[in-house]
Amino acid sequence: MITKRIIPCLDVKNGRVVKGVNFEGLSDVSSPIELAKYYSENGADELVFYDITASAEGRKLFTDILTETASKVFIPLTVGGGINTLDDFDRVLKCGADKVSVNSGAIRNPSLVYEAAKRYGDQCVVLSADVKRVDGTFRVFAKGGRENTGMEALGWIKQCVDNGAGEVVLNSIDTDGVKQGFDLEMLEAVSNIVSVPVIASGGAGCINDFITLFKTLPKVDAGLAASIFHFGEVQISDLKAEMAAAGIPTRKD
Amino acid sequence: MIAIIDYGVGNLFSLKSSFDAIGANTTVTSDAEVIKAADKILLPGVGAFGDAAEKLRNSGLDKVIIAEAKKGKPLLGICLGMQLLFEKSFEYGEHEGLGLIPGEIRPISDVIPNELKIPHIGWNALEINGEKNAIFKHINNGDHVYFVHSYYAKTNSENVIATAEYGAALTAAAACENVYGCQFHPEKSGKVGLNILKAFCEV
Repeated sequence: MITKRIIPCLDVKNGRVVKGVNFEGLSDVSSPIELAKYYSENGADELVFYDITASAEGRKLFTDILTETASKVFIPLTVGGGINTLDDFDRVLKCGADKVSVNSGAIRNPSLVYEAAKRYGDQCVVLSADVKRVDGTFRVFAKGGRENTGMEALGWIKQCVDNGAGEVVLNSIDTDGVKQGFDLEMLEAVSNIVSVPVIASGGAGCINDFITLFKTLPKVDAGLAASIFHFGEVQISDLKAEMAAAGIPTRKD
Repeated sequence: MIAIIDYGVGNLFSLKSSFDAIGANTTVTSDAEVIKAADKILLPGVGAFGDAAEKLRNSGLDKVIIAEAKKGKPLLGICLGMQLLFEKSFEYGEHEGLGLIPGEIRPISDVIPNELKIPHIGWNALEINGEKNAIFKHINNGDHVYFVHSYYAKTNSENVIATAEYGAALTAAAACENVYGCQFHPEKSGKVGLNILKAFCEV
């Protein structure tokens, strides 16, 4: 049986992990490579590297770091941030990424998902959608959740999956940062309309939030979080042990 | 030295890095002489079967691989590289493979219930079939490995060395004497995956 995946997300800017971390045994707390190794040795099932650099210099640094990480960490690696063209796909795949996550790029260029899926295969293309309720309707937001595109989210996600997106990361802006649990209502709505894996993002505050997620919505395949892992509020090894104890299919190392 | 065959299909960076991590000497090559001189051969692959099989044939490397395998040189195929070891595939038409392991490649939709997602993607447990094959020397029954595939190898049970449960017992790994294939990605399967590659280096 396929296990439920736990995915830490690392925001990288100018070659450093943005959110502060402090783990025992980790010499450089903001080194993406050190942190990636730490997570992969402590039960993470997959990693997401998110490039939030604006400058060309920072971008070069990001690809260097990606290359080094991919040469040392042997679990699936997804890369997102600044993916607007097929050349961007090519750039990060050459550095060892397994999957590429598109967000604003897919909103700006509606054929990007289709073109990328055709060239690299559906399994390589991850749609990352930032979604927020506006007047009772799910709407797609762009630019890191700052700009309402006005597009209805469920139709947009379905269309991207039909065009070849092989997975969907659903980030609820409504629950993001609140730490009161994942947005189960939004996740259920999306899980019901797509047949590809759905990854929950936004709102996890404790181990129990993941247990509730997988118990309530068996169709959700993975849970993604950043700061609760980086700050050590949730240790992935503890989380995986509790998931297994709750009868959720979990990978053991 | 292990020759990692480069025939223009997919990125070989992670695969080479994973062998580096276990201290194995590899060369990424499309040179028939290098492949002939190698101790072992690794056949990678991602994408569609028909396209990959054609590239292998056009490069002439298909004949080199078959000849070396028939001499007894250990050969490991990974993911699509594993599927290419079989006689034929029904992925978008009908395509001939290398024929080193009896059997054919069929869509997993033939054998799994409709409600399960395709591709079969994620970490799944290996159920080792019968006596442990040499490439599983350093791992245990039930260890998890990472899969991404929509087609599976339909073959004789004696060639199936491990399965993964996904609505049906899908072929996870196969072997026929010195020819081995993993449907999953050992280079993306953490310590378990590295231990499989290490065991292949030792066969």
